[in-house]
Amino acid sequence: MLVEEIMKDHVITLTPDETIETALKLLHEHHIRHIPIIDEDRAVIGIVSDRDVRDASPSILEEDTGQEELQYPIRSIMTYPVTTVHPLDFVEETASIFYEQEIACVPVTRDGKLVGIVTEKDMLYTLIQLTGTHVQSSQIEVKVINKPGILPQVTQVFGKRKVNISSILIYPYKPDANYKVVVVRIQTMNPLPTVQDLEEAGYEVLWPKKPESPYDL
Amino acid sequence: MTCKAGFVYSNDFTSYRFRDDHPFNQMRVVLAKELLDAAGMLEENHLITPRMATEEELRLAHSPAYIQAVKKASEGNLSEEEGLEYGIGTEDTPMFKGMHEASQLLVGSTLSAIDAVLGGDVTHALNLGGGLHHGFERKASGFCIYNDGAVGIKYIRRKYDYKVLYVDTDAHHGDGVQWAFYDDPNVCTLSIHETGRYLFPGTGHVNERGLKEGYGYSFNLPIDAFTEDESFLHVYESAFKEITDYFKPDIIITQNGADAHFLDPLTHLSSTMAIYERIPAIAHELAHQYCEGRWVALGGGGYDIWRVVPRAWAQIWKVMLEEEPFTGPLPVEWLKKWEKESPVSLPDAWNDPPNAFKPIPRREEITEKNNKLLEKALQLIHNQKKFNSL
Repeated sequence: MLVEEIMKDHVITLTPDETIETALKLLHEHHIRHIPIIDEDRAVIGIVSDRDVRDASPSILEEDTGQEELQYPIRSIMTYPVTTVHPLDFVEETASIFYEQEIACVPVTRDGKLVGIVTEKDMLYTLIQLTGTHVQSSQIEVKVINKPGILPQVTQVFGKRKVNISSILIYPYKPDANYKVVVVRIQTMNPLPTVQDLEEAGYEVLWPKKPESPYDL
Repeated sequence: MTCKAGFVYSNDFTSYRFRDDHPFNQMRVVLAKELLDAAGMLEENHLITPRMATEEELRLAHSPAYIQAVKKASEGNLSEEEGLEYGIGTEDTPMFKGMHEASQLLVGSTLSAIDAVLGGDVTHALNLGGGLHHGFERKASGFCIYNDGAVGIKYIRRKYDYKVLYVDTDAHHGDGVQWAFYDDPNVCTLSIHETGRYLFPGTGHVNERGLKEGYGYSFNLPIDAFTEDESFLHVYESAFKEITDYFKPDIIITQNGADAHFLDPLTHLSSTMAIYERIPAIAHELAHQYCEGRWVALGGGGYDIWRVVPRAWAQIWKVMLEEEPFTGPLPVEWLKKWEKESPVSLPDAWNDPPNAFKPIPRREEITEKNNKLLEKALQLIHNQKKFNSL
């Protein structure tokens, strides 16, 4: 998945000479946490976060403090240089940037001009979509041997029924490195026929699972 | 005390049948009704014959294009390709001859129950044929074609302008009804269900609280898999009571899916019959306290149609009529008639025996998690109370 598929292309920006007060207003009005600072060519020359702006604002605990700090230009508190990404970068790389640099937002630039923005929130939404939980579905977890060709074998079992797969994830099976867990979300309320197919094909289904009972469950 | 109540019933409910091996089987309603007959609880004057919903009524909650597609499928004229867009012809909601009329009757039966209560003929009404809460505006899903609850609530809003509290105890999230009224502050929805982490449909998170003017009028309690009676009832009863006091409805609609029982094949909760004695009792009490008794109870899910659903649903009627649930042995007459047909051996009493399943290992953690969930779900109400008392 590419950055251009998940980025927002409407970006709230400021020029370096606007005031901290303006930044404060924009953050509130638009419920955002970051504002890229751009020059007349739309090049990103800095960025401010809600924390930068708050640090520069007078304390709410002190009365009668001057409001003059709020009139300082934004360039006085902006962070630079700014880490940016390209619309054709991979979303996974952007996630690594967030993780390694401990930041929560990157402006997206093409030819040195700002074209969009990706935040932590966009990233988490993408993750939700990858796990398939945004569409009606049931989850099945299958334990499989960690060897080439196993995934097509398992998914072939799912293909027997007219149920759509909304996502597939593969996790390591923690207790034993020779196995993996394939997590599949399928768009049905009744996963039991598929579970039965999997068991008949010799797979161990970790979920759904019933508690033990003297009854015929 | 005996209440005036109506029991909506038609033998034609069983015409809503996708195919022989499909888990949704309206034979459940027949079994529940015969159980009540055998227990001597149903009299001729209790019965209400359901009407059909008109197409105009269906349009209260469904798009004309979707209704047309269902009608075409009903006559066998909808291609597989055309059906996909509307969720018709899938493994969950396959096409069958007469599906439009069968679904129209289920919606009509819920409207009949509503008419009986709002027309003043009865104080409470039960329609075990309804409660198909996964039906969407233009999509069939989760065994549901038309959403009788959503149509019914729109019908109440239009005809009587009552504030409606919809309470859903099916083990699956009541998504269709929730989304239909997500931005409506006059319809409050409460759904308690097994968490969607694994179970269909996956939604019903505690943070789904409504949208725009409807914000704060949608409540969800996604409880953990293997939750048992005590924790279920604690969370449910606390939430239901607080929400009713906060919202002050004019009528309560309950969706009484009976699939949270440990024997249900599709879900993973560990309830016993104990919850099905309390669930209707709480609704009954709150309806009298806040709504001059106005309460319409619907059916819903429930896939152990022999051992669980008939008992659970018969209890709704018993409590509706006389407040107290049935106890002791099941009527012999009913057992004799149905034990030959049932593929599993039938229970002989209204209650489940103790130790019906092995102790749940993570019981305390599950209880703790559910309590935290309750706190989160009611956070807005608690904040408001704190604010008002300042």
